[in-house]
Parts: sequence; C-alpha cells; structure tokens
Amino acid sequence: MFYVFAALTLLFGVLVVANPFSRNPVTSAMFLVLTIISMAGLFVLLHAFFLAAVQVIVYAGAVMVLFLFVIMLLDLKEEQHRKIKKVAILAGLLSVGTIVAIFLKSLHATKLNAHSSPATEGDTALLGKLLFSQYVLPFEVVSVLLLVAMVGVILLSKKDLK
Amino acid sequence: MHVGLEQYLTVSFLLFALGMLGVIMRRNLLVIYMSLELMLNAANLALVAFSRFNDNLNGQILVFFIITVAAAEVSVGLALIVALYRRHQSAHVEDLTSMKL
Repeated sequence: MFYVFAALTLLFGVLVVANPFSRNPVTSAMFLVLTIISMAGLFVLLHAFFLAAVQVIVYAGAVMVLFLFVIMLLDLKEEQHRKIKKVAILAGLLSVGTIVAIFLKSLHATKLNAHSSPATEGDTALLGKLLFSQYVLPFEVVSVLLLVAMVGVILLSKKDLK
Repeated sequence: MHVGLEQYLTVSFLLFALGMLGVIMRRNLLVIYMSLELMLNAANLALVAFSRFNDNLNGQILVFFIITVAAAEVSVGLALIVALYRRHQSAHVEDLTSMKL
C-alpha cells in the first residue's frame, strides 16, 4: 500500500513540475491536487488521520481553488510558446542531483532510532488536547498571523495603493 | 516487505527535490509557487513520518501549524502575483526585471 501511494505521489509530482504534454498552469494545478490527495493517503498510512483530512480540505480544497482562481484571472495564454532554457534545465538537474545525493548519503550514514512497531495515533482528540494545552500560545499567534495575512491581501489587491 | 522510516524519508526527499527542480527550472510565477507548495508538503511528510516512528505527537502539531502558515503565505503570494500582473501584464519571471541595475 505504501509503495502504491508513494509511486502515485512522485508520479503526480513529476507531472506538476515537468509535464511533457502541456505547459499549461491549469494542468499543473490539477496534478498538484492529485499529488496532495495521494499524500493524504500516505498520512493515513502513518495513522495521522486528522492531518490527512486537513490536508485534503485545506490544500486540495481551499488553496488549490485560490490557485485556479488566480490562473483564470491572469489568463496566461502565451505561456505555452515559451521554451524552458537548456541552461536552466542543466543548472536545476545539477543542483537537485547534488541535494539528493547529500540527502541519501546522510540518510545512510545516520542511525535512526525509530520504533519498529510504533503506536502513535494522530487522532483528533489527542491532537486537540495537545493543541489547547501545551501549544496554546503558538495557536493564538497563528490566528493573529492569519488576520495579518488577510489584512495584507486586502491592502495588496486594492486598485490604488495610497 | 517492511516499510520503515527510511522509505518515508526517501519519498519526502525525492518530493522536495522535485519541488526544488520546479523552482529552478520553470519560469512561470504560478508554477514556481506550486513547486514551493510541493516542497512544503515534502517537509510535512517527513515530519509526520518522524512523529509516527518516534512515538511523539509534537511533529504532527508542527505540521498543523505549517499548513496554516502555508495557507496564509499562498494568499499573500497570490495577491502579490496579481498586483505584479496588473503592473507588468506578465507572470513570467524573465519579464520582471525592474529591479535590475
């Protein structure tokens, strides 16, 4: 089951970044939705049920709708004609290859003291208790952050900035 | 076959690398933004895997906060992109050179 979801996540991820058939941002957004949903499957396999639900609702629901709205608003027609530069591909592959090599090397070099039979359940009740006892202050700060983001967005999208 | 922390971390690394490749390679602001989301999600996956295999719920709380901050970040970033598009009529990074000397 893990391998199915992992393969799906990576496949859709590749299609988000470099779709060989279409350079349209809308297809990228659609494949990002699929990536996020298959990643929610991975979360369920990790027994993080609450986060899987939040992932689908917030990311696949709200954030992607926002993305699609902006794509429709901007009307990006001429995007298809532009080619990706060879230099960019080369630089990207080089740097990303280096990063992946470092990641994998360090993964092999470190000894992860992981439980072989974990028992953590990420259900809503436990997370809620933790969130409202130990993490009350960050929770309130994040609500202020959301308010600030909302005010900022309204200011930014006004026609004439004073 | 046993699936442990290593497998989840490898998937997370590969997903992060994909997002980074997208940020470097693609020239459309919106696609770059989506690749950023991919990188954030890869970090979330690593955190949830660590949380599960270390029997500690703090990682999942952190993921919860990351999702919240990412939502705020996306809304502000998209508003910036719309404002930029109004001024330059383009969402292409190569057309946005007004800060070049």
